[in-house]
Amino acid sequence: MSEILKLFKAQASKVAGDLRHRSLIQTALGKYETQRDRRKAAFQSWEEARQVAAETKWEAMRSLDEHLVSFVNKLEARGTRVHWASNGVQARDIILGVIRAKKARCVIKSKAMTAEEIHLNEAMEKEGYEVVESDLGEFIVQLRKEAPYHIVFPAMHLTRDEISDLFHRELGSAQTSDPEELTMIARRALRKKYIAADIGITGANFAIAETGMISITENEGNARLTAALPKTMITLLGIEKVLPRMADLALFLPMLATAGAGQPITCYNSLYGGPRRPGEPDGPEEYHVVLLDNRRTELLADAEQRDALHCIRCGACLNVCPIYRNVGGHTYGTTYSGPIGSVITPHLRGLQDWKHLSAASSLCGACTETCPVKINLHHHLLHNRRNAAAQNPNWIEKTAFRVFGTVMNSLALYRVVRAAARCLQPLHGLVKGGPFDPARAWTKTRELAPVAPKTFREQWKERA
Amino acid sequence: MKVTLFIPCFVDLCFPRVGMSMVTILERLGHQVTFHEDVICCGQPAFNSGFWEETRVVARKVLQRLESSEAVVIASGSCGAMMKVFYPEIFDHAPEAPAARALAAKCFEFSEFLVNRLGVTDLGARFPAKVTFHDGCHGLRELGAKKPARALLSRVKDLTLVEMKDAETCCGFGGTFAAKFPMISTAMGEVKCLSAEETGADYIVSNDSSCLMHVQGLLDRQGKKVKTIHLAEILASA
Repeated sequence: MSEILKLFKAQASKVAGDLRHRSLIQTALGKYETQRDRRKAAFQSWEEARQVAAETKWEAMRSLDEHLVSFVNKLEARGTRVHWASNGVQARDIILGVIRAKKARCVIKSKAMTAEEIHLNEAMEKEGYEVVESDLGEFIVQLRKEAPYHIVFPAMHLTRDEISDLFHRELGSAQTSDPEELTMIARRALRKKYIAADIGITGANFAIAETGMISITENEGNARLTAALPKTMITLLGIEKVLPRMADLALFLPMLATAGAGQPITCYNSLYGGPRRPGEPDGPEEYHVVLLDNRRTELLADAEQRDALHCIRCGACLNVCPIYRNVGGHTYGTTYSGPIGSVITPHLRGLQDWKHLSAASSLCGACTETCPVKINLHHHLLHNRRNAAAQNPNWIEKTAFRVFGTVMNSLALYRVVRAAARCLQPLHGLVKGGPFDPARAWTKTRELAPVAPKTFREQWKERA
Repeated sequence: MKVTLFIPCFVDLCFPRVGMSMVTILERLGHQVTFHEDVICCGQPAFNSGFWEETRVVARKVLQRLESSEAVVIASGSCGAMMKVFYPEIFDHAPEAPAARALAAKCFEFSEFLVNRLGVTDLGARFPAKVTFHDGCHGLRELGAKKPARALLSRVKDLTLVEMKDAETCCGFGGTFAAKFPMISTAMGEVKCLSAEETGADYIVSNDSSCLMHVQGLLDRQGKKVKTIHLAEILASA
């Protein structure tokens, strides 16, 4: 068993049995579900909206090359410096190069999962730069030196008391359990950082090919300040963020807000198309856009699973996933957790190392059902399982399934197995649940259904 | 109608009453029930584990033996999904593709068959108890069958249906998943049992014995009073 899998199993077992965690997440997501359903009902037809969104993303991905060229040409015409990064190392080098050239010291950052993906903060800190996360949730997990717990709600796993303790310890603030006061504490700390920052780094929610603009949607206004105050702005985004037209935002912004947070639309929606122009009173003097591939083009080449690139990172699949809800976000050990993470991480970081995430699913399909852009998530988990087994099968398992096939195709052999099960059943009680129980994985927490005195086949035969 | 019953391996071995109830109901409705003793399993455990070639070995036999059936009724939503949704996928672009599609078109999960194919909801059953219904994921999402079971239960005399919170949330069985990741599976099952218990129901009903096997296994271990029962057993009672 690989170290990654061992860690996953240990962590999953620990969190799954943690009743405090279970109730915390259930409460948080219970509120989300109520709001989400209310907002979904405000759409004339949520199902049709999903269909249109899926088709729009399909169109965007089918001509991604053309859309990207249009996006880049328009951005460059307004004086934006666009950089192409094939992988995380290149993207980090590009960003560090800009920071160095500007002789910067402080960096303020708004939420960007792509930055997590390429471990940008660690790289900047290693070079001695001060990096501050400006999204409240991200700010909290940064103070805890933790990865985000969720792609939309980074600090969902924490109570207000834990946050108060953290602020008290790290920022010297007085203890409070009032969420507004906690926000004000973070705000007072962050305002100073915006002003001191030389560089502002943002992610992007959408990249509009038609107009060459970045769309950022948020609730705290922190991305606006991150973009507006520092002299240099950098946006890092994956190439799959493209939408063909500006008008597509009319669907995608409310859809992202609804699926992601149960909101009609987020509080702040901004578009960025370039640096400050002559005569404009504010905005960055220099604007850099870094387009990240990092194996996305390999996923694009996979005809079966390329719809995974449609993802708008709303987190809806995490919220409904009973696995995610029971093992929590950190257990995955990946940037992208939940069903979408289990689907794409094997593509982004290697199938053999991450195939266990596709196996750790009951294939219930709640993710696929909720996905606003209709990614066939749970079937892709099956595809990953198939690809992993074809590439590097576990020979014990493969042999077992060969035997299984032979038995299931032979009534005589099936009867032998049935007879054996009946003979062994009374003895099972001696080892049940213990280390010598071959069915221990089941019987440690559950009773095994006994073989009936007369099976269906036996009863059927008696009727005849 | 000539109805071929597909009884999954675990139903044959552990839950024969479910299969026999289906025979009773279908015959009571005047249909001729046939059963192929040598069609044992749909191959789903191998499929879910990624071993598609090993699955095809089992599936080919199912295709061949059920080829001439008029309608196939499957005693589990999960196996139903395997035959209806995934057989066409594993034989995509293969010589068996037409046979897989033909079988998919005449396969029905039991409750879906009664309500959608036969248009029957009232079977004259009586079951004096308070029950809650658990939607098996495969029946619900792969086959899109949420309504049939409830339509059938609504016509059972003296039965009260109380919906549990998150009836559509997975019970945590997931086939080989339950053995590969037992702690996650158990946690999911505990959440399900608790939702069901909160309704104060005497029985947890489902149209999938695999979910019920998991839930009952947990209830038994924890010494809980609420019991599980398959929809067909309720419908066959009078």
